Amino acid sequence: MIEIKNIVKAFATKEVLKEVSFTFEQGKTNLVIGQSGSGKTVLLKCLLGLHEPESGFINFDGLDIVGKSNKNLKGLRKQIGMVFQGGALFDSMNVEQNVLYPLQMFSKLSKEEMLQRVNFCLKRVNLENVNHLFPSEISGGMKKRVAIARAIVLNPKYLFCDEPNSGLDPYTATLIDNLLQEITHEYGMTTVINTHDMNSVMEIGEKILFIKEGRNVWEGTKADIITSENQHLQGFVFSSELFKTIKRKS
Amino acid sequence: MPSKPGQSQELTTAHELISKEASNVKTRNVVFFVAFKLISVLKIGYLLIVVVNLHLILYKTHAMGLIASFGKYLLFIADVFRKPERRSVMYKLVVKEVYELGFKSVLFVVFVSLFVGAVVTLQTAANMEGSWMPRYLIGYATRDAILLEFSPTIISLLLAGKIGSNIASSLGTMRVTEQIDALEVMGVNPVTYLVRPKIFALMFFNPLLICMSMFGGVIGGWISGTLSGECTSAEFISGIQYDFVPFKAVYAIIKTILFAFIIASVSSFHGFFTKGGALEVGRSSTRAVVFSSVFIIVSNYILTQLLLN
Ligand SMILES: Nc1ncnc2c1ncn2[C@@H]1O[C@H](COP(=O)(O)OP(=O)(O)O)[C@@H](O)[C@H]1O
Ligand SMILES: [Mg+2]
Repeated sequence: MIEIKNIVKAFATKEVLKEVSFTFEQGKTNLVIGQSGSGKTVLLKCLLGLHEPESGFINFDGLDIVGKSNKNLKGLRKQIGMVFQGGALFDSMNVEQNVLYPLQMFSKLSKEEMLQRVNFCLKRVNLENVNHLFPSEISGGMKKRVAIARAIVLNPKYLFCDEPNSGLDPYTATLIDNLLQEITHEYGMTTVINTHDMNSVMEIGEKILFIKEGRNVWEGTKADIITSENQHLQGFVFSSELFKTIKRKS
Repeated sequence: MPSKPGQSQELTTAHELISKEASNVKTRNVVFFVAFKLISVLKIGYLLIVVVNLHLILYKTHAMGLIASFGKYLLFIADVFRKPERRSVMYKLVVKEVYELGFKSVLFVVFVSLFVGAVVTLQTAANMEGSWMPRYLIGYATRDAILLEFSPTIISLLLAGKIGSNIASSLGTMRVTEQIDALEVMGVNPVTYLVRPKIFALMFFNPLLICMSMFGGVIGGWISGTLSGECTSAEFISGIQYDFVPFKAVYAIIKTILFAFIIASVSSFHGFFTKGGALEVGRSSTRAVVFSSVFIIVSNYILTQLLLN
């Protein structure tokens, strides 16, 4: 469980996050939704300790991280897996080396055990026989899956994903969403997913935070969305004809 | 020329009389003037390009920003020398960088050196045409020009272009595609694991590259000197052994190590703090080359003052 309270983050004079509070629950896929530029990535980077918020606090199962130095966060970092928007795979390493990297840096397993673990994780994300391909040789969907495999290889307690299915076709996008949800339930992780994709919201929105211009405007579950009367949320969710039709029918 | 012990009067030949003549300061000045003229032209051309570029960059940067950047650079360097946790990984990374940055430059460096050595020899010979100076001075002048300035300084400037842009663009790409953030999230210090191996690899391998360049330059000179008939092979070879001061080689290596540090650290700095996208990666790469070249030229001047005087 991750609790955040009154997070304020500004770049120079521009306030990007304005007093955001929320609780991300364990064993659930927690979604942060909002328009492009609303501050989702900035919020995620605050959670990761890549950005230091101006004020507010962030608590990982009892551990406060705001104001802590990189050194003090080292223990926590090993329990965090992150899937970046573009995958952020290391270009100079092949798929296997990418997934192996966190193990090499932090685990005390033997070489065979490490490789076993890598292959297990790659299989878990439905990737086989791609171990020796380089990131430039695989498709966008595969890159995302390798990134997920790399993120879960150390068995993290927390999993963060920044728009895991942006730029993917609807079929692959749904595949990735379901994969993330399955993994979350399987390992009881606290998963935080940034998205602006309504399909994802309806597919895996177990707990949802909607931010608009850096403010927490609404929170709830995917079931609550349809019935919600919140104007901002309505504007965002039902901006497409398809969802308008669905709402009318329900 | 210091006379060797055991050398008797009978051995004094006409040839040696001319040697004594040649060691007179005035003669040396002429020889040096000729040899360094070419190098200076090369350097001034390069400096011009650099200054124009620098001007374009400074145009957009405030003086305060520059000072702040320098502070940031020093902190960055301090980070580089922090102890890594996994030494075995670090060793492998250094080896990889030696291959990527150093080994892959060998052909380029040797090729350039052969030709420049050849040209320096021809120029020196042409300028000595019809003079009373002994022909072996061609070898002597070529050796000193290559050893003192061409190999350590000019080759380092060329490497600043080749390796510096490589380092800055690869780190810049890693930054804008969030690979550096990915390392940080994992709890891996990206400076230690990305930048440190590059700096160590260059400081280790560049002196070797420069030695190859020295040999390449001298061999190029020997080939062009003998092929053109300006001097005989024996004359050239006795010239390159004439009045050899080992400290000059040491001086060249010291310079090279410093320049290697400048190339690797300045380029890494610019690549590492790239912001934005592909366009900015290109810009960082240009800045890396310009700033490392300027630092090399300025520190070359300072070092020469300190070491040779
Ligand atoms: N490092 C930064 N410096 C300055 N402004 C930033 C930085 N990162 C993000 N922003 C600004 O913060 C706002 C939110 O960005 P972001 O969190 O990336 O949006 P999104 O919700 O699409 O992920 C944007 O207006 C962006 O310009
Ligand atoms: Mg984003």
